[in-house]
Amino acid sequence: MAASFKETLASGKFIVTSEVGPPKGTNLEKMIHHIALLKDCVAAINLTDHQSSVMRYPSLGAALLVKEQGGEPILQMTCRDRNRLALQADLLFAYSRGIRNVLCLTGDSIVVGDHKEARGVFDLDSSQLLAAIRLLEKGKDLGGNELDGTVSFCAGAIVTPEANPLEPQLIKFEKKIEAGAEFIQTQAIYDLDKFRDFMSYARQFPVKILAGIILLTSAPMARYMNKNVPGVRVPQELIDEMAAAPKGSALGKGIEIAGRMIREIKEERICDGVHIMAIGKEEVVPEILKEAGL
Amino acid sequence: MIRSITRQKSMEEIERLLGDYSRVFIIGCGTCVTLCCTGGLPEVLQMKEKLEVANRLVIGYLVLPVACDEITQEALAVNQSAISEAQVLLIMTCAFGVQTVARRLERAVIPALDTLFIGKERGLGEFHEVCSQCGICIIGETGGICPVTTCHKGLVNGPCGGTREGKCEIDPQKDCAWTLIYQRLENLGKLDLMRRYQGPRNHQVAPRPGVFFVPQEERSI
Repeated sequence: MAASFKETLASGKFIVTSEVGPPKGTNLEKMIHHIALLKDCVAAINLTDHQSSVMRYPSLGAALLVKEQGGEPILQMTCRDRNRLALQADLLFAYSRGIRNVLCLTGDSIVVGDHKEARGVFDLDSSQLLAAIRLLEKGKDLGGNELDGTVSFCAGAIVTPEANPLEPQLIKFEKKIEAGAEFIQTQAIYDLDKFRDFMSYARQFPVKILAGIILLTSAPMARYMNKNVPGVRVPQELIDEMAAAPKGSALGKGIEIAGRMIREIKEERICDGVHIMAIGKEEVVPEILKEAGL
Repeated sequence: MIRSITRQKSMEEIERLLGDYSRVFIIGCGTCVTLCCTGGLPEVLQMKEKLEVANRLVIGYLVLPVACDEITQEALAVNQSAISEAQVLLIMTCAFGVQTVARRLERAVIPALDTLFIGKERGLGEFHEVCSQCGICIIGETGGICPVTTCHKGLVNGPCGGTREGKCEIDPQKDCAWTLIYQRLENLGKLDLMRRYQGPRNHQVAPRPGVFFVPQEERSI
């Protein structure tokens, strides 16, 4: 049987995780294909939760699919769409069905998504969700009531090392660790020098850190992310490198850049691993790993 | 001074709400809606013209000094005969004013405005929401800046990952509340306050709708 994600984190090996975005609809074929492709080449697969506030098949259902296929899921849970009752209930359900890893996120704003008039919930924030998990593990819910049967999760959170100003993010990062985060998957990293600075600070905390790698697929896509994806900043040099790729080979260039970054992170041991976000191009993740020498 | 911030509904919606009513009495207010330019005398007169162009009969109009005040009852009484000739009152005040009038008169009322938030005028014609009246005030720990209101997500433990260049993920013009709070606390040498974990909020401090009675023995007036 494959190692649990918690065991992988403790192993000291260079960790690779990736993610799959559930479909908009009930046709699960493509997601099942992506899971099959990834489950044996990464330590765990994140299941995004209405990513960018776009309504999709639930991350909980997708995490169960990963389980069914023999993979190791990391259930992403945002605080945007559910209040504390629903979040806790989903955690109980997830645990009862064998899901052991949770990534706690505040969630993007409703207004960046495809249901712009909906009400954002944000009853809890990411650090409060982490604290809720640790409380459930002690057999109590947020109302102070005893549980009949408890949970045990490997819980993580995210940080945005390229945020500006960075200091308020770092305070929040420390709060997440204090609230119980065991691992951190970062928002996309493109500037390794900045990331090294972040890591020299982050190393003091007892938490595993996986650098977020978002695959660039074209120069316009990079520009789009700079404009529209909260917390992501692609430097001009990389955009230029993408733009200079011959026609039809931009994706190949993106794979090369992602592989190059992962190789550098691994060789220098800048952090504990990487989290690869291919955003719809999951089929090329094995190529990225090959490019990275993994 | 706190203000009730309003925006005029579209004429299409106002026309739809007026429906078959042909005789209309318009009521504006001299306070918040006058400052917002949504229900002061100029707007009331413009509305009168628009309704007349649309073949409705404007029986009269009135700009109350403070529509949400009790004195409104007297102002309505003075205009009773004109009001009683109208089938409907088109009220160009915030929802407080509309409800004050509705409670006083057995007449159909139609709001011409949407009430957006309770705000503060920071500059001429510039209004900011600074308090959501949430029931538990934490601004003693956030440098006097309310994250429940000022942060788009109402986060109480620090910024989300979407902030960039100190601005909010939903609007590059809007300051990130937590950048402001951070800067303020840093200047005060009080960043330890930001490090303190804030537990889940109590959203039921004053269950809605809020009702509050000052105990008889504590009343000074």
